[in-house]
Amino acid sequence: MADVALRKVVKRYDDVEAVRGIDLDIADHEFIVLVGPSGCGKSTTLRMIAGLEDISDGDIMIGGDVVNDVPPKDRDIAMVFQNYALYPHMTVAENMSFGLRLKHYPKAEIKARVTEAARLLDITDLIDRKPKQLSGGQRQRVAMGRAIVRNPKVFLFDEPLSNLDAKLRVQMRIEIKKVHQKVRTTTVYVTHDQVEAMTLADRVVVMNKGRIEQIGTPNELYHKPATRFVAGFIGSPAMNFIPCRLEDVGGTLQLRLTDRIAFALPPARAARYNALPRTDKLLLGIRPEHLTESHAHLGPGVETFDTVLDVTEPMGMETLVYFGLDGTPVCGRVDPNAGATDGAPMRLAMDLNNMHLLNEETGIVL
Amino acid sequence: MSTLAIDKAGPSRKVKYGSMSRDRAWALRWSYFFLVLFAIFFLTPPIYMLITSLKSSAEISAATNPWWVFHPTLSNYVELLTSNQFLRFFWNSSIVSLAVVLVTMLISVPAAFALARMKFWGSATLATGVFLTYLIPDSLLFIPLFKMLAMVQELTGITLLNRWYVLLFIYPTLTVPFCTWIMIGYFASIPKELDEAALIDGASWLQTLTRIFIPVALPGLIAATIFAFTVSWAQFLYPLVFTTSVDQLVLPVGITTTLIKGDVFNWGQIMTGALLGAAPPLIIYAFLMDYYIAGLTAGATKG
Repeated sequence: MADVALRKVVKRYDDVEAVRGIDLDIADHEFIVLVGPSGCGKSTTLRMIAGLEDISDGDIMIGGDVVNDVPPKDRDIAMVFQNYALYPHMTVAENMSFGLRLKHYPKAEIKARVTEAARLLDITDLIDRKPKQLSGGQRQRVAMGRAIVRNPKVFLFDEPLSNLDAKLRVQMRIEIKKVHQKVRTTTVYVTHDQVEAMTLADRVVVMNKGRIEQIGTPNELYHKPATRFVAGFIGSPAMNFIPCRLEDVGGTLQLRLTDRIAFALPPARAARYNALPRTDKLLLGIRPEHLTESHAHLGPGVETFDTVLDVTEPMGMETLVYFGLDGTPVCGRVDPNAGATDGAPMRLAMDLNNMHLLNEETGIVL
Repeated sequence: MSTLAIDKAGPSRKVKYGSMSRDRAWALRWSYFFLVLFAIFFLTPPIYMLITSLKSSAEISAATNPWWVFHPTLSNYVELLTSNQFLRFFWNSSIVSLAVVLVTMLISVPAAFALARMKFWGSATLATGVFLTYLIPDSLLFIPLFKMLAMVQELTGITLLNRWYVLLFIYPTLTVPFCTWIMIGYFASIPKELDEAALIDGASWLQTLTRIFIPVALPGLIAATIFAFTVSWAQFLYPLVFTTSVDQLVLPVGITTTLIKGDVFNWGQIMTGALLGAAPPLIIYAFLMDYYIAGLTAGATKG
């Protein structure tokens, strides 16, 4: 097992820069998830760590050694692919032991390792089957087994759950987490699914357009996003962004959303934003769960306003409400018993203690 | 409840909805008609060969019904199968064909793997070039090839012309390009992740080829093998040009040059020889037909 470090790593394809100078330190035993929209360079980054892509510039280190020119087989890594990439002519056991057999491990040890991995992944019964006879979830387990038996320094996962249906994906997600708790191998996991990223990762790396937007624990990314991209990417339904500006009214700092809606900022927020020029174009970032129905016992920093709902979506445990503020679509989450109906007026409460203020031009969270 | 609803809505049995079954019946009739027509067309020559091979020379030249054997005899078979000359042709053909298959596979499988998977400068152009060489017919190639071999003989003193083994150099010019081309297609249909997985598992390129690609592409490999064998076995022009001594001839050329003496055609033996010569490919096809079809249609659908 080992730590992994990326230093100013660049990948160029002809004149396109897919990865633009990434710095990343992955600690031993850590589970890191690279997440971002398609084309953000996350898979390319993973493939560079694997050695399947040459790096155009920078250094990649595994266990302290620069591996830029080390071929994949000598990097001591194991990779799980989206389409499993099982060898179709080999049984499950042969698939799992292929790497060990190439390295001429003793037969007894190969058998012991395969048996142990099969037990860990609960595929002992399938050991003599061919991949064709397995379901998607079983194939993915075998692919993981093939990685585990090698006992590598680093596991690399390239969107391993994307080919599975939604239910199986949730199940396998938990399996992957359990396996990592048992084997504790340093893991780099690529996905475009933010839920997968949040649930699996020790730390999440959000990538966009070949750059790292933010690195942090799932909670940090959710509650303290650094940029508009991260704020909008993490969380479902996504964070609302409402154009706004700051005003001084009678010595207090006010946040004006529309001509008729303006709120006094809570003291902590007022102190934080007071230095901002009042002329800046700003965005209020507020998550749907901080836009709820109004009730009698609102705490400090929670402000109410009246609006007319466009559409409501009952989800069972909550109801999503959609409305417009000066043409900006906004989503809120209310109690299913709050009486929200399509086209009806409703008084909503905004929790300004959990607000974010963003510079509209730079997209940076202030 | 649902069964009730269906019962109520059920139409009386006599009403015919659409004409799926009628369409199908007609399609089948036409299929049978044309298939039988084709079968007759293609099977008539071999049947005629069989009939003729069972006749004596006297009966062949007699003005009787050519489609019937009045005095069946195996004398043609006995004569050919006990003739050292014919057995020699058979032997030459077998050795040449098997060796050519081996040579072809040894060249075209690694070549196809390199062209399909190891991206290198000019690999795409080379792949197209390989196919283009296949488009040049042997009737254009045999003269320059003959000149080349003659030059080799002049320069080095190594005699290749009029030796059966010269065909081992000549036939691959036909088989290698085509086999390489099929194998490129076959290898290209193998997902890229498979060799990446092998690469990460610690396999070298050669191990990836021998332990992953060849087993996975086995149907394609067998198709290519059958093709190479059939081409070598049936080749006529090259052996006609490059070999002349009777002991160096292969079957197709041997039959036509030794059994036609001047303007005397020994029809019974010619037909017998042709039938016996057609047997090995037929047997191979019969056993490997499934693989052959699987190989040629590979990539059409994702298996």
